[in-house]
Amino acid sequence: MIESMVDANGSMWAGVEYLVPELILVGAASLLILLDLLCRKKEVVAFAGIAGCLAALVTGFTLLGSAAPAVVLNGMFVFDGYGSFFKLLFYLTCIMTICMSLRYLRVERVGFGEYYALLLLSTAGMMFMASAGDLIVLFLGLELMTLSSYVLIGIRRDSLRSNEAAIKYFLLGGFSTAFLLYGVALIYGRTGTTQINEVASILALEAEPGDLTVLLPVVFLVVGFGYKIAAAPFHMWAPDVYEGAPTPITAFLSVGPKVAAFAAVGRVFTVGFDTVPELWTRLIMVLAVLSISVGSILALAQTNVKRMLAYSSIAHAGFALLGLIAGGPGGLTSMMVYLAIYGLMNLGAFAVVIALRREGVQGETLSDFEGLAKAHPVTSVLMLIFMFSLVGIPPTAGFVGKFAVFAAVIRAGYTPLAVIGVVFSVVSAFFYLRVVILMYMREPESEEPLSTSLPLNLVLAATVAAIIVLGVYPSPLLDFAQSALTGWEQALPQPVGGPLQENYGLFELLFIYSN
Amino acid sequence: MESVPGTYLPSIYFPVIVVFVVAAAAPLAPLILGYLVRPRRSYARKLLPYESGNPPVGEPRYRFSVKFFIIAMLFVVFDVEVAFLYPWAVAFDRLGLFGFIEMTLFVYFLVIGYLYAWRKGAFEWR
Repeated sequence: MIESMVDANGSMWAGVEYLVPELILVGAASLLILLDLLCRKKEVVAFAGIAGCLAALVTGFTLLGSAAPAVVLNGMFVFDGYGSFFKLLFYLTCIMTICMSLRYLRVERVGFGEYYALLLLSTAGMMFMASAGDLIVLFLGLELMTLSSYVLIGIRRDSLRSNEAAIKYFLLGGFSTAFLLYGVALIYGRTGTTQINEVASILALEAEPGDLTVLLPVVFLVVGFGYKIAAAPFHMWAPDVYEGAPTPITAFLSVGPKVAAFAAVGRVFTVGFDTVPELWTRLIMVLAVLSISVGSILALAQTNVKRMLAYSSIAHAGFALLGLIAGGPGGLTSMMVYLAIYGLMNLGAFAVVIALRREGVQGETLSDFEGLAKAHPVTSVLMLIFMFSLVGIPPTAGFVGKFAVFAAVIRAGYTPLAVIGVVFSVVSAFFYLRVVILMYMREPESEEPLSTSLPLNLVLAATVAAIIVLGVYPSPLLDFAQSALTGWEQALPQPVGGPLQENYGLFELLFIYSN
Repeated sequence: MESVPGTYLPSIYFPVIVVFVVAAAAPLAPLILGYLVRPRRSYARKLLPYESGNPPVGEPRYRFSVKFFIIAMLFVVFDVEVAFLYPWAVAFDRLGLFGFIEMTLFVYFLVIGYLYAWRKGAFEWR
């Protein structure tokens, strides 16, 4: 074993350069821990964290510009546009989370420098998930991501709600990881490999239609990933965890780990199980319909904004799954576009909730939004835009995202799914717009100033600008997502029966819209 | 693949079955034998929970100070470090520079953890 690894002289180094962004982030996290030991001012640690993220972002995109897609380190790690697209989203999420945390942590009196190191480590885990060419690397990335987030959720050590959330996430996270790992073991038992590409080629040769030995691992993987993306019926943990976690971490959880799991799902199912779509599309369909309906309906009954946004994120997971169901590069692109837009608007909405958390004011219930427009008109307009975008009303980016996934599923011939999606978008309009009504049509209870800070304002400005710009002029994002998938089909092993079925037409439609 | 005659079991897995059988038999056989041959005379002192010869001092559900857990965790971390260092030392000449750098990184992260624990006072018995 050792001989075979070392013999090809220096080949163990080959491809390490593709991991530089990940290595920078992990290195920065370790330095952050040291910095925290030396430095009393936690803001310094936070800004060092942002610097680390930016360094990884810059190297990541230099790499994307200069290097061709490659599978390196014995097939463990895939460097391609797909992964890089998601990584951009992770960097932005991490930077914005740090920006949102600065003031919030002071209000909550949580002075741990580890907080930022853990955020960076969690982000590194998500990056490995997005680039994993092997199910074991995927699993390791997932563990790095979730283990760090358990601590982050429970970081308000004297808050019982925070403790409860951490324990719940820990137990359910442990269960779901076990499911996932069992699925990986079964895949290994069936195909003799854990590499996603090799799984695909072996299944292309061996799998019969409706092969039960493939269905079983697929079911386990769907359950495991279903927990991570908080898709119904595996969503039970989400509202409690989102409510109990510190709000910046809630924002982080609702975007980072969820999108990372989507990135992994996209790669595992559309590459690894590409030749047996009949086994997983129906399962994913059930998950998508349940998530959209359960998320939209249960959100109606919530009085806590964080819980409401938790159910909303469950519904949005369902919408993003529609893109996966549509399949092919077109479907995947719509999923990527949807997730990017969802991430931006969710981070923005949580930033407003964070601004409402003041000394002595929890700022999490719907009644805290009453009359916000009188006291804080600018923040209210921002919240209005985020809510409109979450519903999917043009000209916000939320509309582009929903348009993309609906167009993709209709092109793929699943019109009923799009109908269900539209119907529940209307249902969801009720609870999103209720926030707007409370803000604009009630008298304010208190005139207490919001706990804003420059970094938080920057997050708000960036997200709102992105939502409006992408809502009016979405083609840069669409082009980026589409170009990220160039070479996607060539990378797939061709099934014996002929070339892959593809879904054309989404971009023609979006092109018409964007002009 | 060759199979054990009369079964579908691949013959390379036959030793695994043997190990399973031996592993099950090794603890069960003395237990059964003891059950069959031992005299049954019970008295109060004999029925006490066994605590290595000492009289029991309290409830089994005893709450330990969290300090013990920290020490135990630190022990596990550095124990595992040593467990990884040995095989590396054995294969050092064959792993060469790559192995050396890998191990340096591994030790680097453990040192970070060590400094962290030190600075946070995990080694002070307060």
